[in-house]
Amino acid sequence: MIDWTGYIGLILDGALVTIQLTVMGSALALVMAFIAGLGRLSRFFAVRALATAYIEFFRGTSIFVQLFWAYFVLPFLGITLTPLQAGVLALGLNVGAYGAEVVRGAIKSIGKEQYEACVALNLGRWQSMRHVILPQALLLMLPTFGNNSIELLKGTAVVSLISLTDLTFQAQVVRAQTGNTLIPFTMILIIYFALASLIGWGMRSLERRMARGLDGVRV
Amino acid sequence: MEWDWAFVWQIFPTLVEGVKITILATLLGSVLAAFVGLGIALARRSSNRILSRSVSFAAEFIRGTPLLVQLYFIFYVLPDIGILLAPLVAGVIGLGLHYGTYTAEVYRAGIDNVPRGQWEAAKACNLSARQTWMHIIIPQALPPMIPALANYFIAMFKETPLLSAITVLELMNQAKSVANSSYRYIEPITMVGAFFLAISLVAVFALRWLERRYGRVET
Repeated sequence: MIDWTGYIGLILDGALVTIQLTVMGSALALVMAFIAGLGRLSRFFAVRALATAYIEFFRGTSIFVQLFWAYFVLPFLGITLTPLQAGVLALGLNVGAYGAEVVRGAIKSIGKEQYEACVALNLGRWQSMRHVILPQALLLMLPTFGNNSIELLKGTAVVSLISLTDLTFQAQVVRAQTGNTLIPFTMILIIYFALASLIGWGMRSLERRMARGLDGVRV
Repeated sequence: MEWDWAFVWQIFPTLVEGVKITILATLLGSVLAAFVGLGIALARRSSNRILSRSVSFAAEFIRGTPLLVQLYFIFYVLPDIGILLAPLVAGVIGLGLHYGTYTAEVYRAGIDNVPRGQWEAAKACNLSARQTWMHIIIPQALPPMIPALANYFIAMFKETPLLSAITVLELMNQAKSVANSSYRYIEPITMVGAFFLAISLVAVFALRWLERRYGRVET
């Protein structure tokens, strides 16, 4: 009979790493999404081109290849990253590129009359973005951001392949040590699903909270 | 370490072998995803509550868990209950099931977009359920779905490197084995990235064309 208590501890350690990666990756993705999303709407051609190149590059290649590139190729260029840093970097930049399109789409979908009202009130570009456009656009972005962070959570499984001890990696360890495949894999599938459901629930309640006070104003 | 073109040409044939498997896996996976998605979409519309609920939950579960873990599950757990699959077969099943849950949503949206009047007209013409689907609903629901389906086709293509984790000798795995035997990572991994970027960029243009051709809803 196998003593499972130690192995459950291993898997919970893995869950912590997965959560850590998801949170840090999401934070980086959020920052990148706003930088690149706003960059694509910039007045300056160079900024637009740079943002477009970033988005197309990270959406065009797979997260797996980017991760391997960050972990195995960057050291030869003189930049050595720990697995955690490489994982956060690759996940954040990848999901950030998808998020940038969400930011751009949401800002574009704000009606023209809002911009005209900003001009009428003599607000500067930054002021109108900060006080008028973004507060409205943010609510439109939220549901897709929720989906994106679930994608990021699922993406974290890939980091196990660069020897980061996340859920998937720990499941492999348990499999190697006990020879039992069904229990560890079923367990982590359930944990991943629970985490994904948690993110979905959190995003929905955040959306409700932010929509408060906007009833009747929105069409 | 310097970029070495001679080495690039030397490993090129090996990588092309990998590309073939990558493309094969993508094609088979999409055919499976197309059918699985249809099955899920139809089951969710079923009037049998138990069937529709359980299929919805299963689809939700598959969408909330990482593809990599699902691949491990198929490849390592199923042999325990006597189902031994070749790596490529396991990979194609994993891709097909995972993306089937996404294509199911596309089908659902497409079917919901067929106006009610069409269903009523089919009933008025005394068509059977089968005839209604085959001759009325599917021919109208299908064209608007094509761009969205193609989108998932591209997404699946980018996920195929994951199959290397279950020992399928696709592009990523070929690159890794070349890298491991020669201790040169820059060229193989960068080449993989370049391959994916090139194919994805072409695919994006094809997708834009499909959107122009089929995307508009006919009135």
